[in-house]
Amino acid sequence: MSATTLDAPPASPAQARSQRLRDPAFWADWAALVGLIGLTIVFQSLNSTFLSSGNVQSILVAAAILIILSIGQTYTIATGGIDLSVASVMTFAAVVFGWSFTEGWALPLCMAAAVATGLLAGALNGFIIAKGKIPDFVVTLGSLSAASGLALILSDGKPTTVISPFLLKLSTQGIGIFGWTFLLALVLAALTHVLLFNTRFGTHVLAAGGSAEAATATGISTARIKIAVYTISGTLAGLCGILLVARIGASSPAADTTMTLNTVAAVVLGGVSLLGGRATIIGPVLGALVLTVLVNGLTLVGVSQFYQPLSVGIVVVLAALLMRFQK
Amino acid sequence: MTAATTTQALVSVEDISLSFGSVRALRDVSLTLRPGEITALVGDNGAGKSTLVRCLSGIHRPDSGRIVFDGEETKFSSPEDARKAGIETVHQNLALVEDLTVWQNLFLNRELTNPLGLLDRKAMKREAQRMVSTLAVNVPNVTSTVRRLSGGQRQAVSICRAAGFSSKLVIMDEPTAALGVQETERVEQLILKLREDGHAVLLISHNFAQVMRLSDQVWVMRSGRCVAGRRTAETTGEEIVALITGAKQS
Ligand SMILES: Nc1ncnc2c1ncn2[C@@H]1O[C@H](COP(=O)(O)OP(=O)(O)O)[C@@H](O)[C@H]1O
Ligand SMILES: [Mg+2]
Repeated sequence: MSATTLDAPPASPAQARSQRLRDPAFWADWAALVGLIGLTIVFQSLNSTFLSSGNVQSILVAAAILIILSIGQTYTIATGGIDLSVASVMTFAAVVFGWSFTEGWALPLCMAAAVATGLLAGALNGFIIAKGKIPDFVVTLGSLSAASGLALILSDGKPTTVISPFLLKLSTQGIGIFGWTFLLALVLAALTHVLLFNTRFGTHVLAAGGSAEAATATGISTARIKIAVYTISGTLAGLCGILLVARIGASSPAADTTMTLNTVAAVVLGGVSLLGGRATIIGPVLGALVLTVLVNGLTLVGVSQFYQPLSVGIVVVLAALLMRFQK
Repeated sequence: MTAATTTQALVSVEDISLSFGSVRALRDVSLTLRPGEITALVGDNGAGKSTLVRCLSGIHRPDSGRIVFDGEETKFSSPEDARKAGIETVHQNLALVEDLTVWQNLFLNRELTNPLGLLDRKAMKREAQRMVSTLAVNVPNVTSTVRRLSGGQRQAVSICRAAGFSSKLVIMDEPTAALGVQETERVEQLILKLREDGHAVLLISHNFAQVMRLSDQVWVMRSGRCVAGRRTAETTGEEIVALITGAKQS
């Protein structure tokens, strides 16, 4: 703010607003929301069925898994780390689900097995990072490969059909246009928001990511924080394994390579610093919605699938450029 | 050292040594700090001052020797233990998290929570405001992030944090090294205020005038050893310099 504005009479709300709109930092903070609104306007004008309740419903359901994985990713990135194994762990958890289902386990047990798989994988990631003092991306790159491999071994490379009325309801029903899986994602977002901003743990996560040295000097154990955030990320990936099975009606060991990149993209779009120490939950949730809307809209207006990864890439790099203006 | 001074010491460091690989950062260092006094620790860069501080504040554990604090031998295994015992440290590299607010930094790892286990933000902000105003610190707003503060304001926040939580000993590692003249003066006022309020202070400084102005006792370190101790009233800046460089042996 320049000195002249200090001397000037108090700006009217309209003036203040227009000044804020000209400030690039404002746009950087709200990149995901701006992108979401912009894309909605573009796609709706190209195809009027875009905002139909049916299409909105399918966008929200399609976004659920990415939202939940991105929340976990946000926690690891908030500590200055990154979890490259989220999608593989999700796949492995799905395969564990399919395997225990075919073994005849009760559904709740299969679900518990999937979540436990993610939890263990995440805890192991965190433990090796914290105690082995190995860079986060090296460890999680290793577990990306290891989890995909375990999924192939356990499933013998073959998909397993999972027929369950409960899972079918989970993936197809809901309240109004909000599918159960999307509502689950929202509940998790609310809980993890409270965890990040209203608990000691959340403050310690941000402190450890902002300055590990300063956090340590006040007695915070950064090792414990690392283990905790990777456990959160893994557990959410395990949960997404169940949602994945529910969505496709089968567990498949085929790795979804773009999913991990999309979680990082959603976090970046959400205005979270890759350096750690600054994070929100709402940002990455909106980021995940932007990416899902982008893919849905492009498909709806008839753009070839081959252009989708390219467009996601462009959006993410543009967002990252905009972030440079962040305060 | 007479038995009388040992018993009235708040801290007595006895023959501690610490090596980092082949670097012998501390060699049989012994010194004492009295309650209610400002004790200065001086020495060239690399003399081992910060390393000694880190032993007192629980970051490092000495290889040998012992530290007696408030009548008890300490076995700090983390900075948390030292803080619990009543030793707060203002580190040389300013242990503040830039992206957190002033109040969040003041309460870092000392957060107040409500019965549900959630942060009591209101109470922390209120208390932070009180801490800042009792020390007459010119911090604009406890809700602004540390990134927006000047060097002097940051130092004031660090000192504020160290002075709070009923600490018995406040250690300051070169608190004015990066500050301008006016900011230095303010921080010196804060240090004197701490002594007035009954805190013992261990002050590390390269500024001899400052040491002579503020301290009651001076300890001199050279190449990992504590080579001399003087009552400030009975020494001069010249003598201290001579002890630091080794021109004069104790
Ligand atoms: N963590 C460490 N690892 C290795 N060497 C260290 C470490 N900390 C300090 N040293 C070494 O110990 C010696 C004393 O350093 P320090 O205590 O920082 O000195 P001062 O604070 O008096 O300038 C120096 O030689 C320094 O390089
Ligand atoms: Mg030093």
